[in-house]
Amino acid sequence: MTQYLVSMYQPDGIVPPPEVLGPIMEKIGAFNEDLQAAGAWVFGNGLLDPSSATVLKLDGGEVLVTDGPYLEGKEHLGGFDILDCPDLDAALVWGRRLAEITGLPIEVRPFAPARG
Amino acid sequence: MADVPDPADSVAAVFREEYGRAVSVVLRTTRDLGLAEEAVQEAFAAAAERWPAEGLPEQPGAWIITTARRRAVDRFRRDAARGEKEAQAALVRTEAEPEPDVFGDDRLKLLFACCHPALSMPARVALALRVLGGLTTAQIASAFLVPEATMGQRISRAKAKIRDAAIPYRVPSATELPERLSGVLAVVYLIYNEGYSAGLGAPAERSGLCAEALRLARTASRLLPEEPEAAGLLALLVLSESRRPARSGAGGSLIPLGSQDRALWVPELIAEGLAIVRRCLQLGRLGPYQLQAAIQAVHSVASSADQTDWGRIVRLYDLLLAAAPSPIVRLNRAVAVAEVEGPGAALVLIDALGLRGYHVYHAVRADLLRRLGRVDEAADEYSEAARLAPSVGERTLLEARRRALGSP
Repeated sequence: MTQYLVSMYQPDGIVPPPEVLGPIMEKIGAFNEDLQAAGAWVFGNGLLDPSSATVLKLDGGEVLVTDGPYLEGKEHLGGFDILDCPDLDAALVWGRRLAEITGLPIEVRPFAPARG
Repeated sequence: MADVPDPADSVAAVFREEYGRAVSVVLRTTRDLGLAEEAVQEAFAAAAERWPAEGLPEQPGAWIITTARRRAVDRFRRDAARGEKEAQAALVRTEAEPEPDVFGDDRLKLLFACCHPALSMPARVALALRVLGGLTTAQIASAFLVPEATMGQRISRAKAKIRDAAIPYRVPSATELPERLSGVLAVVYLIYNEGYSAGLGAPAERSGLCAEALRLARTASRLLPEEPEAAGLLALLVLSESRRPARSGAGGSLIPLGSQDRALWVPELIAEGLAIVRRCLQLGRLGPYQLQAAIQAVHSVASSADQTDWGRIVRLYDLLLAAAPSPIVRLNRAVAVAEVEGPGAALVLIDALGLRGYHVYHAVRADLLRRLGRVDEAADEYSEAARLAPSVGERTLLEARRRALGSP
């Protein structure tokens, strides 16, 4: 089994109206239930807006605390799931479903194998 | 002993035929592509030492697989004794498993892994040639005109991605198969086109890509007999190869289909290609490769360019456009339309395609203008086409055509 980080990227500053978001969240709920029923779910959730982030950076031996996010762009990490799957194709089946539900780009990336 | 082939040649010949199959079968033991390749290479090195003295074994391919598997297990044993956990686990696994059938064939699984959509197209092409074709990194690098270090990195990254992301060695399920197969066939087609467009005078590695593509197409179509598109691609490549001897003129210039000496076409390849086209069309599931092969088949059965059934070719292009619409297909269809309805009708069709800057568009337009007697415009188009043409052969042909116009 391989663990995969399934990340969802969403455009900055755009929050869909409730009548759009409601059905999407419902489908994501069903998706999460299916993940857990299949035993593929390790952990995951949506993240709050990037403006809620705080950044720590070592600078001249001192750690500076600043307002986040660290990476500024047109898109940000909106949420993620950690999945446990037999192979990439299995992880891609879940990722594809998430892409279809949200209409957002989904990145599937393996974790380094556990040490020891 | 005069008839006995040089044993070194025999090892090389077995290598060409058996490398990909051996890697795919040994992969069942190693589960790691790099280890499988190393084991198979060691087995061939052992063969190169032993076969010249002892002669070829009865089943050279099976000998290679058995030897390679033994080397792989020996290696697990050595590494396990040094305390490597992965090797210890692999050793337990391989000792519990039955020995793989040395006459089995897992190349299809390996081909689907190498052509997985999670890999970039250049990586898929390089991997297929490396692990299935047995080409060295240096050969692939010079075939694609990139530095060897770049190609080495491309191949090792792709292998690492297969391992780390756990890309499976598996023939996709029936629902995924059509999409995944078209990805595999696209890789084979691209390899062929690289070799084809290289033309005469190119390094042997480059023109050798055609033979590699043909080998992969044969493997795919033999292992997937129910998939007409796999057969369609094979037919397309075989018919294209049948014209190779007629394609190059003096000084490496390209001779277009209409001007080729058809007596130089290879009858065995034409017969093979036509038979495959007939067989795959009977399966009743048309697709882009089958239709392209069917179009080539119409050319193959015409005794001269004038005898070509252009009406049938236009109808096949209509089907192809329905299956896989593209401006390039429309351009090729227009060339056939010119033969049925005249160059004026074709000119109207191609000018609407938005293909400016594509050398074939300018070459086709130049031909049509010439036939319409618009000599000056034709000369400009030939110059533009020659300027954009990627190969010397095409450039030479286009410049000759411009000179033949007899205009300044």
